[in-house]
Amino acid sequence: MPKEIKGHSLSRPISRRGFLKGTALGLASTAVPFAKADASFWDAYFQKHFREMNEDELREVIKRLEKEYAEEYDTKFNIKTTKAMPGTLFGYGLDLSRCIGCRRCVYACVRENNQSRDPQIHWITVLRFKKGEKWIDLEESEKYYYPEAVPEEGYFYMPVQCQQCENPPCVRVCPTQATWKEPDGIVVIDYNWCIGCRYCMASCPYGARRFNLAKPRIRKEELNPESHYLGNRPRYKGVVEKCIFCVQRTRAGRYPACVEICPVGARKFGNLLDPKSEIRYCIENKRVFRLKEDLNTYPKFYYFFAT
Amino acid sequence: MYALVRNFFTALRHIARGGKWYYIWLAFLSFFIVVGVVAYIRQLHTGLILTAMRDQVSWGFYISNFTFLVGVAAAAVLLVVPAYVYHFKPIKEIVLFGELLAITAIIMCILFIMVDMGRPERVWHLLPVVGTMNFPSSLLAWDVVVLNGYLAINFLISFYVLYKMSHSKEYSIQLIKPLIMISIPWAISIHTVTAFLYNGLSARPFWNASILAPRFIASALCSGPALMILIFQIIRKVSKIEIDNRALFKIAELIAYAIGLNLFLFGAEFFKEFYSGSIHLAPMEYLYFGLKGKTTLVPWMWAALLFNITAFLIFLSPRARENFLTLNIGCVLVIIGVFIEKGMGLVIPGFVPGVLGEIYEYSPTWTEKSVTLGIWAAGAMIYTLLLKFAVPIYTGELRFISKPGTE
Repeated sequence: MPKEIKGHSLSRPISRRGFLKGTALGLASTAVPFAKADASFWDAYFQKHFREMNEDELREVIKRLEKEYAEEYDTKFNIKTTKAMPGTLFGYGLDLSRCIGCRRCVYACVRENNQSRDPQIHWITVLRFKKGEKWIDLEESEKYYYPEAVPEEGYFYMPVQCQQCENPPCVRVCPTQATWKEPDGIVVIDYNWCIGCRYCMASCPYGARRFNLAKPRIRKEELNPESHYLGNRPRYKGVVEKCIFCVQRTRAGRYPACVEICPVGARKFGNLLDPKSEIRYCIENKRVFRLKEDLNTYPKFYYFFAT
Repeated sequence: MYALVRNFFTALRHIARGGKWYYIWLAFLSFFIVVGVVAYIRQLHTGLILTAMRDQVSWGFYISNFTFLVGVAAAAVLLVVPAYVYHFKPIKEIVLFGELLAITAIIMCILFIMVDMGRPERVWHLLPVVGTMNFPSSLLAWDVVVLNGYLAINFLISFYVLYKMSHSKEYSIQLIKPLIMISIPWAISIHTVTAFLYNGLSARPFWNASILAPRFIASALCSGPALMILIFQIIRKVSKIEIDNRALFKIAELIAYAIGLNLFLFGAEFFKEFYSGSIHLAPMEYLYFGLKGKTTLVPWMWAALLFNITAFLIFLSPRARENFLTLNIGCVLVIIGVFIEKGMGLVIPGFVPGVLGEIYEYSPTWTEKSVTLGIWAAGAMIYTLLLKFAVPIYTGELRFISKPGTE
């Protein structure tokens, strides 16, 4: 097959002047965005990892974030950075004999934690099981049930949310260390550091994590401005979020929203290191179990039957 | 400096000029690249909601393609090993084109990861020193290290050889031999690390099986070389490069063993799941028989199995693999078969049924298909341009000026 052979490589070269002119113009054009953008754009882009910031840097970041949220949501947000209380390890108890599957916990959580309404995000999943059928492997559960009233005859309910594992697989796999376990046991996420790779979601045995597939949308009147940097402040498109044991409440000595709203008292919460806490009482006096214990994740979410 | 600039423009001119079919090919690829870019910009603007991925199936078509392409990149080792370890001359000469394919495949892998990320502009968070790379704990961090290392090794070897050849100088085998030797275990490692990335997740029993890493290597050694057999026939046709038929037939023979191994490992998996019959058989049941009436992937998986078995029979028979019609049919069949099996047939069943028993059927959207096609077209273009540069150097048509006084 005849092949076109171009002339010898020593054909007329580009002049030095022409080359330099072109390069100068090219470089000049890249200077434009640098000049136009204001400082806060670059501050946001180069923001450090939460754990690498000192007090002053953190204060600057909070100021910038509050300004960003004020512009975005037309609401003044208060973003706390409260540290873990010493001598605290939070644990949760779920009394399966009481849960009626009403899902008030799901919606209280959504309201408290500024979850996106559209696309819809629910941190808590409530599973319904038929009595007598396969249960503990979760395969036969139903997540989408729409009865007229709950509880339904012949069924029982089991809510699942982040188990706040002591040996969390999500922390192990995150390539950027955007998620970690705090000293009080809560597994948190730095929403400004997460790159949205979703490896943590693949690794979670409890399906606890949610991804912001689009920009989260919340109606202005439904926003909760009392927030924590590592907790319920509004998130961004393309980052992961999950239950954070209402860090904005629990580090101020309050209960998580789901515990408070439960109408039948199925939810217990407390400090595992305090021998007089209600969660310790449940563990010591009831027969507690945890989900998928064979995976050695050591969840701090204990299920039991009080009656 | 002057020589460098002048050589750069010589190379650029050489790449920019070609025959009618060259321009038609580039235009064809450019069309799909533009479609992909437009789709990606929309995805970047609106979010990954434009894909079919959801919380339940959080990885999909992009990661499937990534996994398949890591296998193709690793399979370059198949050419290196016989060439340098067994001194099989007919293959020795075409190792360069295999390495250029590895480079292209790794670039495509990186592109697939970038389009899958929720916040791609934050990719620097992954780096050590400037970011907070979670090494050695996270297998994804390992993957970043080994893939970029593999890219660097192949880049160094190929461009050193091309540089020397383009200046009509001999390249020093002593200089690149250590790099070539290290590239062999490194190639195995890139695919093993990718396998471990899935393998290490106890949450997903379908992936948490020891057979995963061996199967990855076996399937990579089927599809990668098959792709190379096809590509080398094209190179032979459009350029002056001579590639001995014996090289192609030897590669085909090695593919036969690889398919055999892949099928054996598949059989082992199939037996384990269906005979023991625990709940962990659910993902495999979903793939091959459907689960609770959800059967989207069933026809695909059986087609893949049929293709792989047919390809195996073709490659096994010396008469069939030395006939170019059946050889090429076999190559196409095994490439498609492994693409299905290792792509959707690996990623999706990890998420179906979900960890809480939910079944969400995933099927890629047009956004995902467009972006994927765009990246494949970009890869084809990168490889075309690399060859347009490398082949004339190899045949002696393209030579650069050296600095005066150097020899």
